[in-house]
Amino acid sequence: MARIGVFTCWCGENIARTVDVDQVSAAIAKLPGVRASVNYKYMCSDPGQALVREKIAAEQLDAVVVASCSPHMHLRTFRKTAEAAGVNAYRVEMANIREQCSWVHHDRAAATAKAVDLVRIAVAKVRWDEALEPIRVPVTRKALVIGGGVAGIQAALDIADAGYQVALVEREPSIGGKMAGLSETFPTLDCSQCILTPRMVDVGQHPRIRLHSYSEVESVSGFVGNFTVTIRQKARYVDTAKCTGCGECWNSCPIKKIPSEFDYRLGFRPAIYIPFPQAVPARPVIDKENCTRLKKGKGCGFCEKKCQAGAIRFDDQDKLVTEEVGAIVVATGFKLYSIGKQQENESRSGYGEYGYGEYKDVIDGLQFERLVSASGPTGGRIARPSDGREPKNVVFISCVGSRDNAKGVPYCSKICCMYTAKHAMLYKHKVHDGQAHVFYMDVRAGGKNYEEFVRRAIEQDGARYYRGRVSRIYEENGKLIVRGADTLAGEPVTIEADLVVLAAAITPAAGVRDLARKLNVGYDEYGFLLESHPKLRPVETASAGVFICGACQGPKDIPESVAQASAAASKALIMLSRDEMTREPEVARIDEKNCAACFACVRTCPYHAIERGEVLTPRGVFVKHTARVNPGLCMGCGTCVSICPSKSADLAGFSEQQIYAELEALV
Amino acid sequence: MSEAFEPKIVAYVCNWCTYLGADLAGTNRLEYPPNVRVLRLPCTGRIDFNLIVKAFEAGADAVLVSGCHPADCHYTSGNYHARRRWIVFRRLLETLGFEMERIHFTWISAAEGKKWQQVVTEITEKTRRLGPYTAYRDLCEAHQ
Repeated sequence: MARIGVFTCWCGENIARTVDVDQVSAAIAKLPGVRASVNYKYMCSDPGQALVREKIAAEQLDAVVVASCSPHMHLRTFRKTAEAAGVNAYRVEMANIREQCSWVHHDRAAATAKAVDLVRIAVAKVRWDEALEPIRVPVTRKALVIGGGVAGIQAALDIADAGYQVALVEREPSIGGKMAGLSETFPTLDCSQCILTPRMVDVGQHPRIRLHSYSEVESVSGFVGNFTVTIRQKARYVDTAKCTGCGECWNSCPIKKIPSEFDYRLGFRPAIYIPFPQAVPARPVIDKENCTRLKKGKGCGFCEKKCQAGAIRFDDQDKLVTEEVGAIVVATGFKLYSIGKQQENESRSGYGEYGYGEYKDVIDGLQFERLVSASGPTGGRIARPSDGREPKNVVFISCVGSRDNAKGVPYCSKICCMYTAKHAMLYKHKVHDGQAHVFYMDVRAGGKNYEEFVRRAIEQDGARYYRGRVSRIYEENGKLIVRGADTLAGEPVTIEADLVVLAAAITPAAGVRDLARKLNVGYDEYGFLLESHPKLRPVETASAGVFICGACQGPKDIPESVAQASAAASKALIMLSRDEMTREPEVARIDEKNCAACFACVRTCPYHAIERGEVLTPRGVFVKHTARVNPGLCMGCGTCVSICPSKSADLAGFSEQQIYAELEALV
Repeated sequence: MSEAFEPKIVAYVCNWCTYLGADLAGTNRLEYPPNVRVLRLPCTGRIDFNLIVKAFEAGADAVLVSGCHPADCHYTSGNYHARRRWIVFRRLLETLGFEMERIHFTWISAAEGKKWQQVVTEITEKTRRLGPYTAYRDLCEAHQ
């Protein structure tokens, strides 16, 4: 028979005003197994907790019920108190007689009767509470970072600088992400490459970072602290260990007119290439779709002949490598909403009326970045893609896809107001006699020195801002006719533009949903990854040990991405800094003798925490199949318990027996 | 004077949404009838429909099951399992001629203290009108 102590709290007057606590204590004292039933003014205070400890010692209690506030408020407090006095922390229950009783009822007799019922239920439950020990899980003290943009770079460097190994996976041939392609950054106009490339070099040279470039995550297994990640290293056709990055190969490649992905098709690259001169690693890849030798299986081979290091490998193949890690940081970033007429795999209708993809001189914001960048296809000279002439009138349109329920996405992409102001400014700095026109819905410039920056674009650099939308863009006599509205002036506006720049909405990077499913991380209807709690756990996910940062979680600018990356790194470091971690032991278990091995639970478990196992005799002879819970992965939801047709699954802390006991206490 | 009938209502609620919604009703001092007895479970996915039958067997006059709204489940999908099971179980009960007015299934989030108050108040009033649930006990007695 359990030796139970029941401690009823007055909570000052919060409970005692409506509930007769003496009556509660007296009624409960009569229940079998209850050795102590007392009340006190503030049970959570020092003297209150001392009272609990004293009674535990005096009555040799082995289970405790505290009747006070919500368990969400103080269960942890009283578990610690009880544990300090020698009662197992999981043999503590609370009866919520404040939030769910004294605060919501006025009739003292009825409230007291209900309080007695609630405490009786808790006493019935605690009788069946098993003594549990926190689950200890060993931790592989190494992290995986997925995505090598500015967020992934920051997270990788933070973790590596703290002394732990990092594997960084980047699907492009070089790290650097979107930021590597930007010209200058708001609100300081620092050159993006100048601030990013030294960090890229740090990653490339760091003794504790292993960089898997041109690679993707193939599969993830295991659980918090103990993930096994399989990485697909895509065939590069270049032996990176031998290659010196001298450049003879890409200079000798006869195929030179392939639209460059890094320049968003505004420039060209050869079939063997590095995306940009500062690439890390500075090792080329061969684009097999366009390489003559790889397409035909013979001929050409100029690169091979020129390579003094003998690094060209036309017979290269994809390789699968595995990394064992304890924590995973996801930093997969964003792509732009597809604004053309063709909407690949998108349910949204797009903006055909703006002529993107139809008129060469209608470009998006990232393309404009390449046009302004000193490392871009024009060497930083602003030139129209169609004829190379310097545009004298440039129209910038913000919110293309953002804040548009009908044709785009309802959310604000957050960075476009700022980069559009920057674009207008950079344009004016390069084309002194040119005019920038900006169509906007609202200018959202929340951030340190952001509003001042926008004012400078308008007041010093003379950008003309029109509050209104553009309805149509068409070509006439070599000009782009932009027809829009200025809703503040209340009149239509027509601009004969030489170049139009569309600030397209930010959407999650391609393939993020597949990755999220591999990691068991949730995502919203747009594909942005879901944090555990929007305010208090902003970089954690529903999957323990997996953290998120940067634009994969939602649109954000560079400083925010970097700050969030450091946050994710610090959360990962909390895990890596210990040899083992503890988890709540209120997890599911399977009665293996009874299990019929139907594996309904395996299919139902949202955490893939139940495995197909075998029951063997001590000599290793196979007896039967069974489901088996991995307590390192189980989050304790109990879905398996209700799905199990043979009643072989149960959940510690919320067992069938306990719930039945609670029900019996009701009547 | 005979005592007016006061129903006993068992509420199976999930720990993360509805339980916190009920806590919020308390924090906001939203009054409701004292007939409900909350049994806290981690997730509506844990609620096997045997538990509902057991609650009636134990003398409940009505049962409420409430968890996180679709897409808000703390465990990502437990509430969908609960919903699917409920659709099937409901059919079964209807076929058996069970008084469906005694079983209630809702979503109440941690922010919906007001909804908790309304749901509990409505269920209590409705069950008061229905009177005590005796069919299960009658059945048991008939068998003995």
